[in-house]
Amino acid sequence: MKHSSFFWFVLPSALLMLLFIALPIVSVVTQSLYTAHEQVIVEVENCGPFGCTKSTAIDQEATETLRAAEPLGKFAGLDVYTDRNHLAISEVGTLWVESDGLPDFGSALMNLPFYKAMGFTLSYTAIVTPLTIILGFMIALAINSVAKVFRGPTIFFSLLPFIITPLVGSLVLFWMVDARGILGTGLQWLSGDPTLSVKASTGLMWAMLMTYGVWHSAPFAFVVFYAGLQTVNQDTIEAALIDGASRWERIRYVVIPHLTPLVTFVALIQLMDNFRVFEPIISFSAEAHATSLSYAIFNDLGGETRLLSSAAATSVLTIVGVAILLSPILVRTYRDFGK
Amino acid sequence: MSIATRRPLPVQLLAMAFLAIWLIMAAFPFLWTLWGSFKVEGDFFSKADWAQSLSGRLTEIETGAAFTGNGYEGAWIQEEFWRAALNSTIVCICVVTISLTCGTLGGYALSRSPYRYAFWFLLFALIARAMPHMTLVAGYLLPFYQWNLWGHLSTTIIVLVAINQPFTLWMLHAFFKNIPKDLDESAMVDGCTRFQAFRHVIIPVMWPGVITTGLFSFLLAYNDFAVTTMLLNKENQTMVPKLASFLGTTQTKGNVMFAVAAVVSITAPLFVMVMVFQRQIVSGLTAGAVKG
Amino acid sequence: MKTFKTIAVGAAFAALFSTTAMAACGIESGRVSIVGNEFPAIQSIAAAAAACAGGDVTVESNLTADHQKINVAGMSGDPAEYTTAVVANSSIVALINEDVIRPLDDLVAKHGQDIPKHQLITVDGKIMAVAFMANAQHLVYRKDILEKIGMDAPTSYEEMLAAAAKIRREGILDYPVGGAYKAGWNLAQEFTNMYIGTGGDFFEPGTANVSINNENGIAALEMMKALTAYMNPDYLTHDSNATNAEVEAGNVALLNMWGSRTGNLMDDEGAEEDVYSNIAVGGPLMVGGSGRPATTLWWDGWTVAKNISDEDAEATFLAMKAGISPDMLNDETMSQAVWLMPNFEASPVNEGVLATVAASATPYPMVPFQGLLHTALGDNIADFLKGDETAKQTLADIEAAYTVAATEKGFLK
Repeated sequence: MKHSSFFWFVLPSALLMLLFIALPIVSVVTQSLYTAHEQVIVEVENCGPFGCTKSTAIDQEATETLRAAEPLGKFAGLDVYTDRNHLAISEVGTLWVESDGLPDFGSALMNLPFYKAMGFTLSYTAIVTPLTIILGFMIALAINSVAKVFRGPTIFFSLLPFIITPLVGSLVLFWMVDARGILGTGLQWLSGDPTLSVKASTGLMWAMLMTYGVWHSAPFAFVVFYAGLQTVNQDTIEAALIDGASRWERIRYVVIPHLTPLVTFVALIQLMDNFRVFEPIISFSAEAHATSLSYAIFNDLGGETRLLSSAAATSVLTIVGVAILLSPILVRTYRDFGK
Repeated sequence: MSIATRRPLPVQLLAMAFLAIWLIMAAFPFLWTLWGSFKVEGDFFSKADWAQSLSGRLTEIETGAAFTGNGYEGAWIQEEFWRAALNSTIVCICVVTISLTCGTLGGYALSRSPYRYAFWFLLFALIARAMPHMTLVAGYLLPFYQWNLWGHLSTTIIVLVAINQPFTLWMLHAFFKNIPKDLDESAMVDGCTRFQAFRHVIIPVMWPGVITTGLFSFLLAYNDFAVTTMLLNKENQTMVPKLASFLGTTQTKGNVMFAVAAVVSITAPLFVMVMVFQRQIVSGLTAGAVKG
Repeated sequence: MKTFKTIAVGAAFAALFSTTAMAACGIESGRVSIVGNEFPAIQSIAAAAAACAGGDVTVESNLTADHQKINVAGMSGDPAEYTTAVVANSSIVALINEDVIRPLDDLVAKHGQDIPKHQLITVDGKIMAVAFMANAQHLVYRKDILEKIGMDAPTSYEEMLAAAAKIRREGILDYPVGGAYKAGWNLAQEFTNMYIGTGGDFFEPGTANVSINNENGIAALEMMKALTAYMNPDYLTHDSNATNAEVEAGNVALLNMWGSRTGNLMDDEGAEEDVYSNIAVGGPLMVGGSGRPATTLWWDGWTVAKNISDEDAEATFLAMKAGISPDMLNDETMSQAVWLMPNFEASPVNEGVLATVAASATPYPMVPFQGLLHTALGDNIADFLKGDETAKQTLADIEAAYTVAATEKGFLK
């Protein structure tokens, strides 16, 4: 394809992405390198319906001159990235020297917000991604063997976890897993422990978030794999059958290789989405037990005083994290490209 | 199909049992919500005893009947949920149309370019997709207010299209790769320009893949909360932020059930859509993403 | 249902009287655009302010739970999209920090002589907002259960613990204490209450240096932990909605709850008769011997944007003044809040808030960096309550997290 026609064909997409994704990324990266100006603080008296109190306020006039001189803020370089609320380079260094033994170092590391978030995010990604793919594949195989008339409704019901808006989907689920909700009571009955409460224990909370993650995204994997199953070459299957291949061998040596490219596609999307896990944490009120990078951003932007630079730095770290996570797949795509 | 017919009985039974368990897991919360949407909050969200939502004790005390349509009445009539439904329809139709128009052109070009920059373009699109939406939206606010773009449906539509582009491009790129190059190249040998070849040769055969991609775009626009809740004003709210406003920060009594009724209302049209498009979903992906 | 009728009726009233109100507003022209939270009291004010619309006057409102995320951006442009933001004493700080609201002294002098002085919020002598309602957390209890164990309503957290122990001992309830202890904003708020109750100060006077890693901080954390022993084990996931649900289900007998949410507990919806008819409110709770109630007072009020024309500012002031005028209180709106207007008539639900005001509790601090500390508190206290670390360690973590955030915002060097 000629360069010029390529240009005109991708122009609309490129323009949209440039304006609404690339430019914001540039501004976010810039933001993450700057912090706010030093604020001039003065003591003031505040009065209101409940009387007067001594307090502090920002001296706007004094601060104004600083702001006008450097509208972007104070250049901080990578300071925000390395501070305690992010990579915490110096804190980790100190811990490494002071801790006795790896387990001690590990638990102290988990006390730092960034590493605590990474601990959960990486476990979540590592567990949910493969389970989603396996469950999706099994559902696809199972539905593939259902009589045709029933396929429409089965597909719809299988898609439900994916299409119900998480906002209320989890409101209902949150109630269900409550110690007195239907699932919570069921779990207590199953485990024989009447005091069991999913929401009270970190371990169970993680398990629940991961179960929800698999439940929510398995339908996506299922749709993709189900479609792939429709095109498995029947001749190859027949040939394998004649060669005396068992059912499992046919799946192992014919169906799975055929689906590999789809697995790559699903893995790519799932790794990225799982790394940015956020909604389940909010929906299940799991903040006390699990945090993620996206949650940290939400927290920075949602407080009374918004921490823009901190949120920007965490966003950049998220992109870097995703890039590292996807690099093996991307290198392969690079090699295959143009073939 | 022949794989299915050749299955021995035990395997068939095993598959059925697994599928039954999965379907219960997948559908149970929704069916429970459907049932509960006709109860009052005290029953559906009872902390005293979960069985109350089955028996509906408080529903009988408060409304005098075992089932009540109060949630639906409140959401659709008092709170004018139909307005949000209308907005959602507009947003979805526009997002899907624009996404697919830009996406098919771009995806086609990416699949036909032998140069490395096409790969870098795709790679950039993918990495850009990793940007958390919250940060993007927070960044939009200031310029949008400044230029008076905030609150309008059109702004939200363009943002949703843009955020959606990387996924659309990847999927359509994979799809176009599977359409043999000979098809459009022979047309060009016959004297067509690249665009004419695209129009007369590619467009007629691309529909299955486009429909599948369109469905994913549709679902994204339909379910989006992060963008719509921050960029739309009250009159222009789509269904999901409207639903969220029923919950609010401090839940007002009765409103929670509006939200529950709204969830059921939101899901119903999707059922119709899946039934209509199920064949296309399958055939589309079949032709498209199979070879990655 | 009831609340919705309320709003609908409120709006209908506003519409009915709009002709008279228009004259009363006294605005000739201008643009009024309100941003604020979405609870019923604010809806009523926006409806009353909207009655000023007509002719060259436009009144719009955007009331949403996300108001805090959009108000600064929406007031930063020139001209600002929103001419007024409805805020509380915690959230006004962000607007003052970003310098997007204007002092109201000139407007009050010209048009607001009849606004009672106690409704005017001043910062360093300049009027920055006009308050219209008060709120506070205070004791809510089940009087039938306290009667059963033969104890009076507690006045301090120590008494609350004693009562809780007795209720549990007598097998009435397993988890008699409730509280909005959800990790994040709610938990930080509970610590703020408790720490104030111990008599502690959050910052070194006149500076942004945090100073909670002390005896008071430890005492506050220990008391919180002692209370959680009597709470449902899920307490770290319970916000005020979930806590209220527990109360309505009859599982909780004693809690510290927002005055604005007690109406919900005492009405006849969502609970059995023997639960809702036995809910009673008490005053603020004390802790230790500091003599300062362990709670904070809150007001909600409106501000006027800086980057708008004088005409719009004047129109906004007059419309919002009409929105909170004593006339807007009627049978429907009276019960929506503890209004600060002179003709407000309190009902039994409001007694808790009034008692808290009477006990001269501390207002939630209007300090530029309080929000940063609040976030740091919310992120770290759960670790202590879960038993993962010591109180000292938790307080050190909070201070470290706050210091980094405050440095980024330029409050600390």
